[in-house]
Amino acid sequence: MSTRTDKIDELSARAADDAGVSLAAAAWRRLRRNPVFLAGAGIIVLFVVLAAAAPWLAPHDPSVPMLGDQVVKARNQIPAVQDGHPLGGDQNGRDLLSRLLLGSQQTLLVGVFATLIGLGGGLLLGTLAGALGGWVDTVVMRAVDVMLSIPGLLLAVSIGALFAQPNQYTVILAVAIVQIPIFARLLRGTMLAQRHSDHVLAARSLGVKQRAIVFRHMLPNSLGPVIVQATLVLAIAIIEAAALSFLGLGNPDDRIPEWGQMLGQAQTVIDSHPQLAFWPAGCIIVVALGFTLVGESLREALDPKSRR
Amino acid sequence: MVHIRTVRLAALGISAALVMTACAESERGDDDGQSGGGQTGGTMTFATEGAPKLFDPFYATDGATFRTSQQIFEGLVEFKPGTADAEPGLAEKWESSEDGKTWTFNLRKGVKFHDGTDFNAEAVCFNFNRWYNQTGAGQSPAVTGYWQDNFGGFADGKTPSLYESCAATDESTVELKVTRSTSKLPDILGLPSWAMQSPEALQKYKADEVVAQGDSFVYPEYATEHPTGTGPFKFSKYDEANGTVELVRNEDYWGEPAKLDKLIFRAIPDETARKQALEAGDIDGYDLPGPADWEGLKSAGHQLLIRPAFNIFYLGIGQKNVAQLRDLKVRQAIAHAIDREALVKQQLPEGAEVAENFYPDTVTGWTDEVESYDYNPDKAKQLLTEAGAQNLTVNIYWPTEVTRPYMPSPRDLFGLIQGNLEAVGIKLTVVSKPWNGGYLEDVDSGKADLFLLGWNGDYNTPDNFVGNFFSDPNNRFGTGNSPWGATLSDEIKAADSEPDADKREQMYVELNKKLKSEYLPAVPISHSPPALVVTKDVSGLVASPLTDERFDTVSIASS
Amino acid sequence: MLRYTIRRLLQLLVVVLVLSLLLFAWLRSLPGGPVSALLGERATAETRERLTEELGLNEPIFVQYLKFVGRALTGDFGVSTGVQPGDSAAEIFVQRFPATLELSILAIVIALAVGIPLGYLAARRRGGILDNLSVVSSLIGVAVPVFFLAFLLKQVFAVDLGWFPTAGRQAGGIDATRVTGFFVLDGLLTQEWDAAWDALRHLILPAIALASIPFSVVFRITRASVLDVVDEDYVRTAESKGLTSPVIRRRHVMRNAMLPVVTTIGLQTGALLAGAVLTEKVFAFPGIGQALALGFERRDYPVLLLLILCAAGVFVLINLLVDLSYAVIDPRIRTRGVR
Repeated sequence: MSTRTDKIDELSARAADDAGVSLAAAAWRRLRRNPVFLAGAGIIVLFVVLAAAAPWLAPHDPSVPMLGDQVVKARNQIPAVQDGHPLGGDQNGRDLLSRLLLGSQQTLLVGVFATLIGLGGGLLLGTLAGALGGWVDTVVMRAVDVMLSIPGLLLAVSIGALFAQPNQYTVILAVAIVQIPIFARLLRGTMLAQRHSDHVLAARSLGVKQRAIVFRHMLPNSLGPVIVQATLVLAIAIIEAAALSFLGLGNPDDRIPEWGQMLGQAQTVIDSHPQLAFWPAGCIIVVALGFTLVGESLREALDPKSRR
Repeated sequence: MVHIRTVRLAALGISAALVMTACAESERGDDDGQSGGGQTGGTMTFATEGAPKLFDPFYATDGATFRTSQQIFEGLVEFKPGTADAEPGLAEKWESSEDGKTWTFNLRKGVKFHDGTDFNAEAVCFNFNRWYNQTGAGQSPAVTGYWQDNFGGFADGKTPSLYESCAATDESTVELKVTRSTSKLPDILGLPSWAMQSPEALQKYKADEVVAQGDSFVYPEYATEHPTGTGPFKFSKYDEANGTVELVRNEDYWGEPAKLDKLIFRAIPDETARKQALEAGDIDGYDLPGPADWEGLKSAGHQLLIRPAFNIFYLGIGQKNVAQLRDLKVRQAIAHAIDREALVKQQLPEGAEVAENFYPDTVTGWTDEVESYDYNPDKAKQLLTEAGAQNLTVNIYWPTEVTRPYMPSPRDLFGLIQGNLEAVGIKLTVVSKPWNGGYLEDVDSGKADLFLLGWNGDYNTPDNFVGNFFSDPNNRFGTGNSPWGATLSDEIKAADSEPDADKREQMYVELNKKLKSEYLPAVPISHSPPALVVTKDVSGLVASPLTDERFDTVSIASS
Repeated sequence: MLRYTIRRLLQLLVVVLVLSLLLFAWLRSLPGGPVSALLGERATAETRERLTEELGLNEPIFVQYLKFVGRALTGDFGVSTGVQPGDSAAEIFVQRFPATLELSILAIVIALAVGIPLGYLAARRRGGILDNLSVVSSLIGVAVPVFFLAFLLKQVFAVDLGWFPTAGRQAGGIDATRVTGFFVLDGLLTQEWDAAWDALRHLILPAIALASIPFSVVFRITRASVLDVVDEDYVRTAESKGLTSPVIRRRHVMRNAMLPVVTTIGLQTGALLAGAVLTEKVFAFPGIGQALALGFERRDYPVLLLLILCAAGVFVLINLLVDLSYAVIDPRIRTRGVR
């Protein structure tokens, strides 16, 4: 266990090293000139704008099989590229372009909510453990260790499979729960490191209440590593949601499109209609790459070593 | 018949010899291949969805076991290749008494089991008595489900049984007595479960020692390693680590021996993986190609063998919870709302048909004089208004994580039906659950108002379909909640017990008409043919509506 | 050291016990399960109820759990209802574990064989074309879903080109003797060369797909640690002493850079196992991963319970081994390790 947790602890230690504005400012200065970061950020901005504007950009309703009469399963026939449908239709005669565009919304939702829930749960557990210490710390961290003892995707898949009635929320939950222990460990680490740092000791000697110390001093200083982790988790969540769909544990209702689900469903026709798989796969890869690029360059920027 | 796990490092010493024999064998296979098709020799590998659970067909309920056991075993009755019609098997002929309660079978002579013992009248009765005298875990519905479906109870008399006694009147004559007349005989005896097994092997390998352990059942050595029948192939080995079952030709077969030297069934669970294995030449054929692949497989030069559709897909209507569904007009409105023609055309494979009765037209009693309920949304709305059910709100169940031969893609079929129903103003609460993760359970316990389900036929009698669906009024349709539910049960039982074939057929015709016009407990939608595919080198395989393909007539030209 | 090891092993035991209770309770509270799996669409409300009673599934969950633990202590973890119906879960694990291990080992070997030299070269020519190219491709590697990569590899190299088999561990017609369960090793031991070669060919494509997971990590760690090490004083000293580049590479840079790589491999076992679920499904490779995927699909609870427990156990155990070996290699860690 401890090797994996070491990696998280290492990240959390960085926040405590030299906290505050100077670090953020220095990091930003380096990031501004980093092409890797800029490329990643560009992809993310484009993705978010597309998702937000999708309802206006999409030429058709993605849930209506308007080309349904061109579908013949018996001859493996799906609607071809035609006027008004620049990418053709999917297996059920729905407009592929519209599905891709609106799919970005669901994919963004899955990523963001999975990260937020993971972060929220981790925040709660990590703050409890880190701020209170003692037996609370022991109990919480043992629970976290149990969760960390199952490989991430496997845990997500297990959780996804265990819902009696899978839907889009169970997918988000399955991916999110896996992130909770990671964030918890991360936050607890940064808090522990800060408990004995100068600014916290100073605040305490001035008679500032425990709660105020936690929320005004410890938490803000933990932000750096949390943001790094959150960016990486966004990418992981999108890929893991696709994996869940591939294993048949995704949202069974496909009226609201989602890229991972589209890719999962296209697996059986990949040789005859490769476009059904390649479009969503391409989108997933590009977006995941965007978040990974930003996350990695943030990690590097916050790393004191790289400032040498 | 050496079991894999018993082979240890000792094999090292003789491995050189093994390699040499292996080479010799493969060369022989090549030579045979050059003289053209239809000859003996060679190995065929056929990929299936699952590996067999066990090899004793009596305890089995899974298709993978039956596919294997049908090559190893034979029953008194067999099904004519390519049909669901009974023909002589190990019994050359049979006749029943006037009252349908005594059946006399004249057995084929000179037949031997794979262990060299004789097949005779005593062996037949040994088998019947083995089935009838199950105790303990052997009485669990999970172990002997087919016996309980077909014959009812056991020797302990807790539940009435159809079976009464079996007597060997001479070496090759069997007299089977049953407690009442039934339309199911003699056809049921063609089911894989009622195949004849060697009494000596059954006793030697303790075939009846099935035990419940934990949450499931553990089967005896006989069922896992020593199945012994009379069929054209003998069990050779089961390589569990690789998911392959190997059968070899029975050289002493009473009829024409099998053409293949070796027949290998290989489990490849994923449909796409099966297709790619065929395209890459790793296997010689596979079961259940997805309807969307049919065209592609044919144009790639493979042979697509379409089984005659012997199934039914229906939209079930549960009358237990929503009172409005007990109104015939509401059920008729639902029937009118569904565009079955479009569904069959768009979603189902070539050869699929709109269903008018609850079973296909190859079964006795099928009639086209039933009320058809053509697609008519206006009529549906009007019927709903007449019934005062304009605001009908019901739940509708559809299964995930499953495909069935009658239901190739539940999600897409559901999508169409949902659209149809919403178009006439029915409000739907959609419930999707995993097939094994709550779907069947909820549907069986009557929680579903509307649901997608179907049935694959086992044998050619109407009772196999309508009897299974409706004979118990406490069924998944909740027919017992309507006054006619009990009447329907009685009518089904009466038809089944009628010994006179002509009268029986007439009774089923009447039943089918009433089922559509007066009862309508579900909307029959389609019959859809499953298929199997083999390479162009394979010949002699006949697709069976019962998935009962025999590989003894198959030959392979090695390319 | 010994006390530390014992403490960690006890911790492992606790983790497995707690996990088993949680998993068991969750699995049992779900609908469907063994009864649906055993009866299928032939079930009626009546047979369902009978079977539930026969299998003791109507008893309180705690009682069921204690019974399960009692049986588990004798090595009986229940019988599969969906993956290989009728086989015991333990048997399925024993049969399939070698397959996944074989696959994972080859995947790690591939990842190391490509990742380490590439990482070293990239670091030595930091900022060069090779460096930038390989950094970006390693990041892309993270972003491509494993199952999609597996699908592409299979379509191109197995179906279209026909260089490799598409599915399984061994071709049907080959008469192989099973000794250890590791098919390649078996073929070598029994000198059935055709069987060994055939088994290896079945491994290559899935192993490449699986290797994409550890590859990018191995590459990045190697690159980073080589960068760290070349900056260290002893390397500068060595250079100033006039030692030639290959000697420095061998003696100083690589040895010290390898420590983080060893750790990384340990960290990757979990990801590999998860990746195996996806890869083995695509290649119909009968290992633990396929059993898990099928188990989820067919709701085979006994198999899922055992396999998830074993996966967690193996994962934790390997991490422990890595920690220990790390402590042996680098004395500085020992004090830190004994927290």
